[in-house]
Amino acid sequence: MAEEQNVIEMRNITKQFGTFKANDNINLQIRKGEIHALLGENGAGKSTLMNVLSGLLQPTSGEILMDGQKVDISSPTRANQLGIGMVHQHFMLVDAFTVTENIILGSEPSKKGMLDKKKAKAEIVRLSEEYGLKVDPDAYIRDISVGMQQRVEILKTLYRGANVLIFDEPTAVLTPQEIDELITIMGGLIKEGKSIILITHKLDEIKKVADRCSVIRRGQYIGTVDVKDVSSQQLADMMVGRSVSFKTDKVPAVPGEVVLSINDLVVKESRGLEAVKHLSLDVHRGEVVGIAGIDGNGQTELIQALTGLRKVESGKVTLNGKDITGKAPRHITEAGVGHVPEDRHKYGLILPLPLSENIALQSYYHAPFSKSGILNYGEIDRYAKRLIEEYDVRTTSEKAPAASLSGGNQQKAIIAREVDRDPDLLIVSQPTRGLDVGAIEYIHKRLVEQRDKQKGVLLVSFELDEILNVSDRIAVIHAGEIVGIVDPKATSENELGLLMAGYSLEEARAELAKAGETNE
Amino acid sequence: MNDRSERIRNILVPIISVVLGFILGAILMAIFGFNPIDGYNAMFSSAFQSTMSIGEILVIAGPLIFTALGFSVANSAGFFNIGLSGQALCGWVASIWVALSMPDAPKIVVLPLAIIAGGLAGAGAAAIPGVLRAFFGTSEVIVTIMMNYVILYFSNHIVNHVMSPDVIANKGVTKAVGLNASLREPWLTNLFGGSRVNIGIILALVFLVFVWFLMKRTTLGFEIRSVGLNPFASEYAGMSSKRTIIISMIISGMLAGLGGVVYGLGTFMNYFVQGSSISIGFDGMAVSLLGNGSSIGILLSALLFSVLKLGGQGMQFSGIPSELANSVIPLIIFFVAINYIVRVGLAKVMGGKKEIEKVQEVETAPNEESEKGGKV
Repeated sequence: MAEEQNVIEMRNITKQFGTFKANDNINLQIRKGEIHALLGENGAGKSTLMNVLSGLLQPTSGEILMDGQKVDISSPTRANQLGIGMVHQHFMLVDAFTVTENIILGSEPSKKGMLDKKKAKAEIVRLSEEYGLKVDPDAYIRDISVGMQQRVEILKTLYRGANVLIFDEPTAVLTPQEIDELITIMGGLIKEGKSIILITHKLDEIKKVADRCSVIRRGQYIGTVDVKDVSSQQLADMMVGRSVSFKTDKVPAVPGEVVLSINDLVVKESRGLEAVKHLSLDVHRGEVVGIAGIDGNGQTELIQALTGLRKVESGKVTLNGKDITGKAPRHITEAGVGHVPEDRHKYGLILPLPLSENIALQSYYHAPFSKSGILNYGEIDRYAKRLIEEYDVRTTSEKAPAASLSGGNQQKAIIAREVDRDPDLLIVSQPTRGLDVGAIEYIHKRLVEQRDKQKGVLLVSFELDEILNVSDRIAVIHAGEIVGIVDPKATSENELGLLMAGYSLEEARAELAKAGETNE
Repeated sequence: MNDRSERIRNILVPIISVVLGFILGAILMAIFGFNPIDGYNAMFSSAFQSTMSIGEILVIAGPLIFTALGFSVANSAGFFNIGLSGQALCGWVASIWVALSMPDAPKIVVLPLAIIAGGLAGAGAAAIPGVLRAFFGTSEVIVTIMMNYVILYFSNHIVNHVMSPDVIANKGVTKAVGLNASLREPWLTNLFGGSRVNIGIILALVFLVFVWFLMKRTTLGFEIRSVGLNPFASEYAGMSSKRTIIISMIISGMLAGLGGVVYGLGTFMNYFVQGSSISIGFDGMAVSLLGNGSSIGILLSALLFSVLKLGGQGMQFSGIPSELANSVIPLIIFFVAINYIVRVGLAKVMGGKKEIEKVQEVETAPNEESEKGGKV
């Protein structure tokens, strides 16, 4: 290839908020026709940089060039005109509108003041064929899968004439199969001459799809590398600024007696449909049982039922042989269950309250934190300080509101609170969602530590890596049922992917064997 | 750093709101051809003209502090108690009734009984919307507003048709309670030049401290605050939001009822048929909002309210109609209610701080996916 042309060049971009530099002299060059990954921890400044590029923020200093020409991206509309499009992580789609309506929203073609839907639809069909983005233009958003919704988001940017597409954490919500499809789509876009900026902190994806990768750490530009020249490990070290380990070191599990036993459990979701259907599962002391599955297959309802937050329709749950079915949350907590909830902002923390009170949230009502109903803030603060120290929660003070902490440190605080009560069973849901590599590594270590202390751990995660890495047994959930229990050492992402899509274990293995033959 | 500027802002916002209210009030006076300087001069000089007028300020402040505390307790639990007026009325009628039924008992017996009866009556009236909300999810706003009417007419009915004729002075007016049930004390009356000032203001100060302690230093207060801030996390932590809401309503109603007791046994010494919901309920809400729910804030804003109320009457003597004088108070509340605008304006003046919030939002955006994670 001859001298590659930079479609976008960001020069010495600095964005300052008050005294805080979110971006400090960052340089970024995107070549035409490449997939350029932007890697960094949460809060490193990726979003700020991309908001500058998409016109949402104005840089304090620095300049942006497109095709060698200096441009002034004063607004998102201007960014659109320049051909910069953003595929958001949280889809900005109207559920009650069709695919077509969503795509044209904001730039509707009209004929004599009337909406020209026919023309719009024809254009969308043309685009989707050109780029291999299969969508049904007349389907309602609420009826289509997450993967298809993402394709609608991509089409939206293409419809507006985007040449540079920014993908913000695009795989967070997808199944492994959908991720493969997305990768194919990205390849197609590149072939048609588009350029892609991929914001992510998943290293394997970068290795799979990206040509080059730029790393940002704490607002500073660290460097740009050719992806094929570096290992995932090197990328991770660049991102975090120190050496990280991915594989959680662990000794083989020594499972003991059953600590949690779920028997024929039925739980309904909010609309009254059965979300958990006659599910049975045991968790032993000294093992981590991972529940793998796509979001929305009953995991949330299962965990809420186990922890007393949701009504149990039928079935039985026992902890150490004692019946805890349908008991109140505090009863279950005191019976020896720790719970790191899926949604740390909604359930895990009371964000406006100080960190210390959040750390005491599960134990404020007994000594030494209170006596005869009167709180002892001396003890509460002392305890909080100890946990902050011990669990490496980074905060300005134990009195800072929980909301002021970063996501990773909020999660560490919750883990500290739940683990420090030394529960027999730790139920952990999506413990590392949105966290960076350093925090993930830490949290995984803590989970394995609990296991090694002969506690039971039940882990729900949508991240296959996490499930494979931490679990001793994997139970795959689909449509509220456990479709298979596999050994992480003997399974593969493909097998798990098929199970998660609803195949039975035999079907999945037959399918994989067939695929293997055709490959040979 | 942010913490500090936030605290400064919390103090500045009510002050600026008050100032803006005064300015708009001045404009209003000017439009109608009155000299605002004369008006405000009359207001303040009549409010602070004598020890007696200062005593009267305290007379007005006592019940307001109680109702404001009542509002703030319920509000902390996320319950918008608009029924303070009715609950206070319950306290007023109950305390007068008890006091009048025991004309000969010693003060040490009658006064506590009358106070307790008033508190319980208010608590009972507030428990109803609390229970309805906790168990049936009914809107406390509608229930408490309607209950204000029910209690108003029910109270009048009691005075007109139920109370024994022995305790009625004229139609619709009860006799004054005896000295054995009065909150007034000769030494206080003398100290403030013969004003109606009574130990209600002292009780109010005691309860200011009590409520502060309850909310900030007890497990119950912690639960109330937690449930109000995040009912989901509270449920997760094993608190019962139903129980907490009901208890906070009972406390809120009890405080409002005590406000009515001070109104009855201190300010008026009797009960007379009311034409509309009593104002201490609604003024208490405003006092609490202006004071940002904090004890010291409630104390200061209750005093400010009392000065405005008393001074408003004084303004009439300088020729400004009472309607105009009385519109200054709602104007101030208006600016408190739109404190968001004051806040934004202030943030702009203080420079760049708003931007810091913006960046924090932007940078934490990826984490917010968790917001939609759990469904109830």
